[in-house]
Amino acid sequence: MNWNFIIFSVVKIAIVIGVVQGMVAYAVLAERKISAWIQDRVGPNRAAPPFMKYIPVVGPALTRLGIFQPLADGLKFMLKEDFTPAGVRKVYFWLAPAIAVIPSMLVVAVIPFGSQLGQQKMVISDLNIGILYTFGIVSLGVYGIVLAGYAANSKYPFLGGIRSSAQMISYEISMGMSVIPVLLIVGGLNLSHIIGWQAQHGWMVFYAPVSFIIFLVASFAETNRLPFDLPEAETELVGGYHTEYSSMKFALFFLGEYSNMIASAGMMVTLFFGGWTLPFWGLDHPAATLGAGLAHILIFLVKMLLFVVLFIWVRWMFPRFRYDQLMDLGWRRFVPLALLNILVTAVVLWMKS
Amino acid sequence: MIVNRKPLTMWERLYLPAIAGGFKVTARHLFRSLFGGKTVTMEYPEQKWSVPPDYRGAPYLVRDQDGNTKCVSCQLCEFVCPPKAIKIIPPGPVGPLANRPNAEKMPLEFEINMLRCIYCGFCQEVCPEEAIFLLKDYSLTGLSRAEMIYNKEKLLALGGEHGGIQKWKHKLEEAKEQDTFPVKVRPNES
Repeated sequence: MNWNFIIFSVVKIAIVIGVVQGMVAYAVLAERKISAWIQDRVGPNRAAPPFMKYIPVVGPALTRLGIFQPLADGLKFMLKEDFTPAGVRKVYFWLAPAIAVIPSMLVVAVIPFGSQLGQQKMVISDLNIGILYTFGIVSLGVYGIVLAGYAANSKYPFLGGIRSSAQMISYEISMGMSVIPVLLIVGGLNLSHIIGWQAQHGWMVFYAPVSFIIFLVASFAETNRLPFDLPEAETELVGGYHTEYSSMKFALFFLGEYSNMIASAGMMVTLFFGGWTLPFWGLDHPAATLGAGLAHILIFLVKMLLFVVLFIWVRWMFPRFRYDQLMDLGWRRFVPLALLNILVTAVVLWMKS
Repeated sequence: MIVNRKPLTMWERLYLPAIAGGFKVTARHLFRSLFGGKTVTMEYPEQKWSVPPDYRGAPYLVRDQDGNTKCVSCQLCEFVCPPKAIKIIPPGPVGPLANRPNAEKMPLEFEINMLRCIYCGFCQEVCPEEAIFLLKDYSLTGLSRAEMIYNKEKLLALGGEHGGIQKWKHKLEEAKEQDTFPVKVRPNES
């Protein structure tokens, strides 16, 4: 029983889950604020605890930034009535939100969010099959949505669940295949080794740009984000697969969607943009000092936040894909493109050796 | 009319120019709202909109230029009100003493239930004395249902002055003039 490892792992898990949940709450706020500014309006700027207006300059400024809105949202979710409609199978109804959230939390376990702090590696589990594990877990995410759509015993959620499951399965294929050139170039599946390779040779996005584009678009589709928004399109499906859920269960779906977004952003940063490294200031090597370790974590967080902002930004740029266009893109264009990508990468690597 | 639909070029079929254009437009709006302050939001209650004339706000009882109340308890507004928000108790044979010229009848109690009022303006249209007007109040709040039933004092206080045709005063003056009406006598009559 390696108590050291167990205790440190538990601490890391607690901290990572806490940080990810905090980021999810503030990602909701960021989405509301950024989408408001893109649409020429102001987002939430009123929620504040009662003593805030007495703090001289910082109080009103923070209130106008909407910093306390997630607290109000959390309170609302906890205090709302949790309603179970008649005619649903209670087991599935109560289980579906949990199954939707768990895979997004599990994916975070393999992403290295820093190099090391002292003797501790800043990744919860340094699996040698990191990427395979990730794709396996992401495939489990489909079950939550299908179950939610089926359990709600109503037409619109059912259609939403079916559409979403078909969409997610289609794009998982191209997502998996687009990562294979990365693995061919690096030679292994361990995410820390991929970051190490990028520290030596430069960011992967310059070596496999087509891979990056396919992965980017597929992760939009995986997280049900616009322009692949059909499963939760409000104009067509009322609310999609989460129509019938209220307060805490709806909060769990929301949490699952945003933590999926954050996990996808983390994966993209790790695979294509160098993870926690920066090409200058000697930050390519695993940290020797505590300060460098913290700097690595900060770099990773900043890069991940940039991708989350990209997710939010793209939402307001495009109209939604029609369902047949979506499937067409997934099967008829991305799968051949990904296969061609693998072929070309393999040929180039063979000719170089 | 024939719409000219050119086939898309290879570059356009990849949608990359469209994506770049989308980024430009949204970025422009983002920076304009964030740093230029050009949002279209009207931040109520710090910024309020200007109420147009003839706006149908909450109905209140008004006084005329001399400070007299105008309502003569004819109960026409009570009968025309569609949701029956107005409740008037007429004075009966022995009512309060009048303090204004020529119109002695005054309501004993005049209540409008603001929670029932639909702001239609029928009471203002039907009142023969120009005593009730829909003024510019649009946000009414209260802490209980009883608080939102406005009685005569509150209505008069909120109504303020809305001078108009002071018909009873003019009728009194006309009647007084008729007491001393100059009659012309034709000359040379025996």
